[in-house]
Amino acid sequence: MDIPYTSEPRQDTGLFNAKVGIWLFLASEVMLFGALFSSYILLRVGAEPGEWPHGLLNIPLGMTNTIVLIVSSITVVMAWASLKMKNFARFKLFQSITLLCALAFLGIKSYEYHDKFTHYEVWLKDGKIADGHLVENNADTIVLHHAHYVDKEAAAKVTHAWQEREIKEEEITIKKSDIRLREGGKLDMESYGPWHNTYTAIYFTLTGLHALHVIGGAIVIFFLWGPLSGMWKTDPERYTNRIEISGLFWHFVDLVWIFLFPVLYLL
Amino acid sequence: MSLKAFHLVFIVASIALAFGFSLWSVLNYRAPSGTIWDLVIGLAAFAVGVGLVVYERYFLKKLKNVSYL
Repeated sequence: MDIPYTSEPRQDTGLFNAKVGIWLFLASEVMLFGALFSSYILLRVGAEPGEWPHGLLNIPLGMTNTIVLIVSSITVVMAWASLKMKNFARFKLFQSITLLCALAFLGIKSYEYHDKFTHYEVWLKDGKIADGHLVENNADTIVLHHAHYVDKEAAAKVTHAWQEREIKEEEITIKKSDIRLREGGKLDMESYGPWHNTYTAIYFTLTGLHALHVIGGAIVIFFLWGPLSGMWKTDPERYTNRIEISGLFWHFVDLVWIFLFPVLYLL
Repeated sequence: MSLKAFHLVFIVASIALAFGFSLWSVLNYRAPSGTIWDLVIGLAAFAVGVGLVVYERYFLKKLKNVSYL
């Protein structure tokens, strides 16, 4: 039995079925990410002045990831154009670059996540807060790298990321006996994971959901590039359409990042 | 909307981001604690923006026979 409208357009829509399907799916994705972006905006404008964190994210890494995704969108469209011009070898080359870009993006994102999970805020008994990257956790002491003591009053005056640079960072060794205790006797120290504050919660939600989309898109692109590429010989037009559909999804994922980068890293 | 049309929308958004980021970096450079790296990043982002404009013209010429639907 033949499945209709896999290559030729329907008369009523003017499109082959998969293209209508992917746009309906992308419309639902717009609603999903739109709701999360709206949540971010509402949380941010509702925060007390000076309470919203600045300068927590590494801008050069975010910029690198943005360039990686822009390059991947160019290679994905060039791969599709290569199939339109019946050049399968060039398609293979461009899609392999797309896959490498996806891996590079996920690698950099993993590094950023690791950085946040090792970045700690430590509450001391004298009321001070030490902030830095945990590199040693010994029986009696902890050691924080790139650390500083937080001045809550000064932090409240920070309105731009560049003001954070005036903070001098050093290596700090803290005795565990100097750290405040929580209920239950645990040390009052916490990493910058999703549980840390509202900002990290929405940051991990948005970027985590985006990273899942990158993984999903990369898996589809890989299968079309490798195991399913035999269809190019049996039904080239349908195969080209499949590549276009995967490219549309990939572009959506890239476009989401184009909005995420300035919102999370710059503003 | 075809991949060609969506790609054009994406590149326009990327160009806007590149120039916006460039402006943001230059403003940081002019702030009291601005460093030469802010200027370098600002100029690099501007160069990326210009590169994307050139690429978009090339892309339109290369795929002029492909439908926007």
